[in-house]
Amino acid sequence: MADVAAGYLPILLFLAVALALSSAFVGLPMLVSRLTGAHRPDPEKLSEYECGFPAFEDSRDQFDVRFYLVAILFIIFDLEVAFLFPWAVSLMGTGWAAWIAMMIFLTELALGLVYAWQKGALEWE
Amino acid sequence: MIGIFAFYLFATLTILSGILVIFARNPVHSVLWLIVAFFNAAGLMLLLGAEFIALLLVMVYVGAVAVLFLFIVMMLDIDFAKLRSGFTRNLPIGLLIALVLLAEMLIAITAANSGPLIGDQPASTAQSNLSAMGELMYTRYLVPFELSGIILLVAMIGAIVLTHRDRGDVRGQKIHHQVRRDPEEAIRMTTPESGKGVEL
Amino acid sequence: MTYNFAAIVPELMLIIGEPILMLTASTMGRRATKITTWGTVALLIAATIAALVGTEPSSAGPLFGGLLSADPFAVYGKALIYLSAAVAIIAANSWFARDDEHGPEYPILILLATVGMSVMVSATNMITLYVGLELNSLSAYILASYRRTDARSAEAGLKYFVLGALASGILLYGISLLYGFTGSTQFSAIAAALGRDEAMGIGLLLGLVFTLSGLAFKISAVPFHMWTPDVYEGSPTPVTTFFASAPKVAAVLLATRVCIEALGPAIDAWRQIIIFAALASIFLGAIAAWGQTNIKRLLAYSSINNIGFVLIGLAAGGAAGVSAVLFYMAIYVVMTLGAFLVVLNLRNAAGEPVEAIDALKGLSSRRPGMAAALAVFMFSLAGIPPLFGFWPKLMVFNAAVEQGLFALAVAGILGTVVGAFYYLKIVKVMYFDEAEEELHYACGNLEAAFIGLFALIVSPLGYLLIGPIGSAADNAAGALF
Repeated sequence: MADVAAGYLPILLFLAVALALSSAFVGLPMLVSRLTGAHRPDPEKLSEYECGFPAFEDSRDQFDVRFYLVAILFIIFDLEVAFLFPWAVSLMGTGWAAWIAMMIFLTELALGLVYAWQKGALEWE
Repeated sequence: MIGIFAFYLFATLTILSGILVIFARNPVHSVLWLIVAFFNAAGLMLLLGAEFIALLLVMVYVGAVAVLFLFIVMMLDIDFAKLRSGFTRNLPIGLLIALVLLAEMLIAITAANSGPLIGDQPASTAQSNLSAMGELMYTRYLVPFELSGIILLVAMIGAIVLTHRDRGDVRGQKIHHQVRRDPEEAIRMTTPESGKGVEL
Repeated sequence: MTYNFAAIVPELMLIIGEPILMLTASTMGRRATKITTWGTVALLIAATIAALVGTEPSSAGPLFGGLLSADPFAVYGKALIYLSAAVAIIAANSWFARDDEHGPEYPILILLATVGMSVMVSATNMITLYVGLELNSLSAYILASYRRTDARSAEAGLKYFVLGALASGILLYGISLLYGFTGSTQFSAIAAALGRDEAMGIGLLLGLVFTLSGLAFKISAVPFHMWTPDVYEGSPTPVTTFFASAPKVAAVLLATRVCIEALGPAIDAWRQIIIFAALASIFLGAIAAWGQTNIKRLLAYSSINNIGFVLIGLAAGGAAGVSAVLFYMAIYVVMTLGAFLVVLNLRNAAGEPVEAIDALKGLSSRRPGMAAALAVFMFSLAGIPPLFGFWPKLMVFNAAVEQGLFALAVAGILGTVVGAFYYLKIVKVMYFDEAEEELHYACGNLEAAFIGLFALIVSPLGYLLIGPIGSAADNAAGALF
């Protein structure tokens, strides 16, 4: 195991514990009900009373293409954030040149945002 | 020991969820399994010490690309049962692609022995690769970095040009109109007589 | 490390001018089309002047730690790219004035693509190369599907995007193999590492092959040409005009620089590949063009055919070969822009653009000037002697013979003869066939002036330009050695 990965061991353990506990919370009652004989499903019991209603139509419905525009704009700014991580970590060592470089980068995308805004790409209805 | 255990855990889960991506009946489930695969691949990257790629996988692939996949699965309204019906007909092509991928993997595995490393060996440092990348990307590779910003800008313009159309009926919020409103013309002080009301 | 901004003034001008035009486009809407069009043209001309004036020897060295170079080779490419992009924008002027909602964005996307192309021709590092290539390609994908309501345009954009992304992947794979085995992405360092060890491993060879495959896709050389006819046919005609000119120059110059500067010591390895691609392009381009009925498709095969001849010059290598490549590209751009300008101005009775070759029937009787210009471009593209298109072909064959590649030169000459047929077919249709339907020509004065100018350049009068273009090409080619 690389040294880097050792630093992330707490998260791995945390996720393992969370996974174990949550599957226990879901699995145990089901297991217990089967073992004690309380598990007796019938159509009426499985119907959705008090918990909503049957779907009116197929959930595979056509989507407005505008969602796609929003998603693409989101990805672009998501990628912008991805560039910020190494920058933030190394800024003390890289100094002003890197700071100015990032400001130019952010300006480029900010101008893009102004463009999108003025075009009305962020308007809905 | 934990490293080896974690590797097999992540690797098994990646392969399993990869298989489920293909075999899930519901395309939305396929995308969800894809997300699981991305998460586990991020774990594998962490084990390799590639923090930045792990981060990108979680943030960009899980956070954005998978969401886009979901959108597209919903947007296209494809009859997946019909798509699947051609399975046996397309099997030969599928097998061919699988063989190509297998060959690529074999090449990748044997690549280490396929020729002398003729360049200088890079010096290894104790620096974390995130900060090492930062130190290179924002100083030495500044030009490609700024250009990648312009690439993102092109993507933005392209998305707008190709999908946005002017709708005449859009009533957007015009903040400057709201701010510019003058109380003088917006408010009228009257003293109405009782029972008469106000002329509007 | 030092930042020499003086050497990248042309690029800086384009990058700083772009957001101004972009915001003008978004605030003024459709009315901004004229402003962005002429603004972009002015920027491109200013950048050309800046590139040509700013070539002092001091700025010709590696810039930004060796990522870029503003050597005469890059300057030659930039001047050619900027000017042909400007012509492509002017050519689209009347087209987008008709109906398109996003008219003002069209020149802006070309401007952004031009930034990418100018990085492509000046890149001396694989990473800059890739970023420049992607900037150009991404803009090109958008431009290809610019008429989004037209199914053919959308199809062209999608095809171009999927195949282009695949080619980028192949190129990246090749670059990563080269980097893995040589330990650097720097062209000079790759060349030094290749020169150190004559016995190349299979891994390094694969890296070279994948890199060349990716580049072959971008210059649409056979066997990576399959996207070209479909994309050229489906894209709006002004976009096709653009695709056939500036990006071709950028991709060819990029491939040349990679082959000479980065892979120079491995010339024996890549020469075989380039020779194969050259001959395959010449013959496939010539033979497949025979049955075409759409003039844009025909011109696509013509561009594949011409790229084959360019690659003969590259295969020859050496200063003479590179100089021939550069010379060829300059003349090719003039011929292809001229041919597309004529096609752009063909309209049927309803004012709709026509693309069928049959529509050219009887062109000579109705518009003799236009027919003569198109005939000149066709003869020149075919390389028929009195016209200027003959000269670059001669230079290319000369370079090949100088390097002892007799068989290649002979095969190339044979290819010229085979290819001449379909160019002659167009001339025959224009001059000897009876007109079937009424044709109109919505040719503005400016377009007509450009067609006339280009026809003049490729006419025998063009031989007067051999001196200046030839010395510029020689100077540019010298920068690589």
